[in-house]
Amino acid sequence: MPMVSGVKVDLKPDELKYIKKTLGRTPNMVEIGMIDIMWSEHCSYKSSTPVLKMLPTKASYVVAGPGEDAGVIDIGDGMVVTFRIESHNHPSAIVPYDGAATGIGGIVRDILCKGARPVALLDPLRFGSLTSGHSRWLFEYVIKGIADYGNCIGVPTVGGEVEFDDSFETNCLVNVCCLGIGRKEDFVPSKATNVGDVLILMGGSTGRDGLGGVTFASRVLTDKSEEDRPAVQIADPFTKKLIIEATLEAIQTGYVHGLKDLGGGGLTCAASELAGGGGTGVDIDLNKIFLREPGMIPYEIMLSESQERMAFIVDPQGVEAVLNIFKKWEVACAVIGEVTDTEIMRLMKDGEVVGELPAKILDDAPVIPRQTRKPAYIDKLKHIESPELPRNLTETIYQLLGSPNIADMGWVYHQYDHEVGVRTVVKPGQSDAAVLRVLNTDRGIAVTTDGNSRHTYLDPYHGGAGCVAEACRNIVAVGAKPLAMVDALNFGSPEDPEIFWTFSETVRGIADICKVLELPCVGGKVSFYNEDEARKKAVKPSPVLMVVGSLDSLENITTMDFKQGGDLIILLGDTFNELGGSEYYHFIHHLEGGIVPQTDSQREKQVLECIMDAINQKLVTACHDCSKGGLAIAIAKMCMKGNLGAQIDLTPIESPELRMDELLFSESHSRFILSIKKDHLNAIKELADQHSVPVYLLGKVTQEPTFALSYSSGKIKCELDKMKKIWLETIPKIMKG
Amino acid sequence: MHMDADLIWHAYFRDSEYNAAILPGGFSYGDHLRAGIIAAFSPAMDIVKEMAKEGKPVLGICNGFQILVESGLLPGALLQNDCLTFVCKWVHLRTETSNSAFTNEIEKGAILKMPIAHGEGRYFNEENSLKELNENDQIVFRYCDENGEITSEANPNGAFENIAGICNIERNVLGLMPHPERASELILSPYRSSDGLKIFQSLKQFLEGR
Repeated sequence: MPMVSGVKVDLKPDELKYIKKTLGRTPNMVEIGMIDIMWSEHCSYKSSTPVLKMLPTKASYVVAGPGEDAGVIDIGDGMVVTFRIESHNHPSAIVPYDGAATGIGGIVRDILCKGARPVALLDPLRFGSLTSGHSRWLFEYVIKGIADYGNCIGVPTVGGEVEFDDSFETNCLVNVCCLGIGRKEDFVPSKATNVGDVLILMGGSTGRDGLGGVTFASRVLTDKSEEDRPAVQIADPFTKKLIIEATLEAIQTGYVHGLKDLGGGGLTCAASELAGGGGTGVDIDLNKIFLREPGMIPYEIMLSESQERMAFIVDPQGVEAVLNIFKKWEVACAVIGEVTDTEIMRLMKDGEVVGELPAKILDDAPVIPRQTRKPAYIDKLKHIESPELPRNLTETIYQLLGSPNIADMGWVYHQYDHEVGVRTVVKPGQSDAAVLRVLNTDRGIAVTTDGNSRHTYLDPYHGGAGCVAEACRNIVAVGAKPLAMVDALNFGSPEDPEIFWTFSETVRGIADICKVLELPCVGGKVSFYNEDEARKKAVKPSPVLMVVGSLDSLENITTMDFKQGGDLIILLGDTFNELGGSEYYHFIHHLEGGIVPQTDSQREKQVLECIMDAINQKLVTACHDCSKGGLAIAIAKMCMKGNLGAQIDLTPIESPELRMDELLFSESHSRFILSIKKDHLNAIKELADQHSVPVYLLGKVTQEPTFALSYSSGKIKCELDKMKKIWLETIPKIMKG
Repeated sequence: MHMDADLIWHAYFRDSEYNAAILPGGFSYGDHLRAGIIAAFSPAMDIVKEMAKEGKPVLGICNGFQILVESGLLPGALLQNDCLTFVCKWVHLRTETSNSAFTNEIEKGAILKMPIAHGEGRYFNEENSLKELNENDQIVFRYCDENGEITSEANPNGAFENIAGICNIERNVLGLMPHPERASELILSPYRSSDGLKIFQSLKQFLEGR
């Protein structure tokens, strides 16, 4: 790494040349440190920006989209939903407990600084195989970190997902999502537009923890990464709880004109975004900043990523009122600066200017055109020989229920308080998405996350698009209409042309289906450099989607558990020979390869609309989408959730082109399993015809506790008790060691 | 049902003009040192103690129960769960007595469904004190299975004698780990129950009968 003015920086030689030319001089220590942070991949998106332009971002109800701290959508009646996804992969891989906890801390601030109360958290996680002690350690402490933080601040963790794959052995992926509900009139921009407004720093003190966290996140992990421990921040959820309440109360005064949390890049990023975004400048007096330890130099103060800090831009008239609110909540605060018309961020210490940079310099980060090359493995792995058909498919279903990627995640979500706030109507494990009610209304918000790294590895385009498809199916399955999404894109180094090709293809897949489904992307996070230098191995490409939907009436809520014996079981959508990247190939045959489920945006749109209509017309008693484990696992889960059996006849969907394992375990898109009342069969068939969706009557729900399937050449019979035992006990058993 | 209630910031709680006090759940002071211990020293607790002495009903839910125990209004201690993790799930409770300000509308033996959400809820007391609690009919709720049996499988945190809630000897102060407020509306319950409401209905009944 090059040395400039006494500090090591990650900036490349041509970037340094450009900086010197722009400033007309060599930046001093604090200045170069600040530019280094702001131009890191983590803050500047210098590699990904051109690719992300493919994503659609507009809809009539979008209040704030990409570029803001969080996406904001209008749900009517003067209410907005604010949501965002973030990654905290690098810190969690080194210090899982604090890494994950501070991930929650950061995402909560992003929601808060748009003026909304954070009301739900979701955590999509990826770890190596649980056969590895290292992965079990990461898994246990990441969950504990999320639980301790989320529980303490009183924001329920209502969803998420976990994937296990060897490629995440050293680089676990910890994505965090938060959703807030607020009034549209309380929306606060992250801008300082009025010259003369006052800059107030509130919350935790500024210390040496988290120094240079974002530059650390923009490097690959090495055996020296343990030395980067000081770059991981320490969590303080109690202070965060006070900050949430104090901030929401301060906004009510009407004096808060701009608001920004201090996250990655600390005060440097916050101040430059506020001033840069507002077309103003800012003077900051470093003597006014409350420090955790004596002797901190400007470089350390400006680069610190100490947690639990917020920057407020306040009308000079309202400073006293705002400070009094902070005092009531016993949170530290100080006036540290003023908005100027200079368009310059100026740092003062002991009456002297110690740093001076154009406020817009963050936006000024040069875009780096990256090389792309299709990896050779993609075509090679596409065509593999089919494995031998298992002799006993009953046994195969039992085995799959014990795969950690399919097994019940109660071990995780029972550690999260998922009910605090009395909004959680559909709770973790009850259905494909969580549903929160909007208090004092009949409205609901559905929210889900979804990712599939195995599909994306083998086919980035369809893998990426498939995540959108599945997440939308999850939303529709509970009776909601998908409104908008945010994405976390977790990849290896963008400097590797093969990885950058994979990244671009994934985004292209996401963008294409979003356009057809009219689903705007209102924000996101790109996390590169998720790779381990020692093993020369990057994580499997992992796009993770968070999709938010709305329910006009809570009466429409539908869950996945079968409700009553005698109800009919219906399949919507067709099944194809698409076992590539399936859990069946992975867990039963240890195979990597094959054709992954192909997305057809139009077909997906039809089935989503069909389900929305069916639920609105109250034709559906239970609904679940087919995903990991295919048709067989989908129905098995509906049985286990409802404590009921099922009698299934597969002959209507048998075909000479499909082997029985392909029929049972293919993870083909655009499919749903429903249960309906007997009397509604014709209505469902008519509705499906109207939407051009294939519909099949597969059988019925039974009181008898068995999951029985028959087909032309055989029978499968699984006992409900045995299925439940395997499914429920897998993760707790592994974690008990 | 309706009762007038105010949410009061602890530092603003000056005098006991109210008829009853509820200490809700939530990690007061981040559970630093141990759950409830710092809040127990809040000046607000002096007023709560005064209210309890006057015979006014005082209910502590979850962290509120921990605060009542730490401030000496209820006996015993709440230790870390025996599974060593936070546990959030719906449980069954058996009502052990109707004789309290918060259970007078609930039949003895009635099974209630409610969620728990805590990391430190394992009720502990010494043998002699447990005996006294039993003799004085101070054990109000026990964790049970769906048939009302008191089993170790139905005990979510390792609480002694499956104790989920107790009252003081005067029967106007109740602390319990489960959350009745999360089980008071049908829409929030996976079991379509609103059993938690019965505790608040009992409170209303108690206040109206005074």
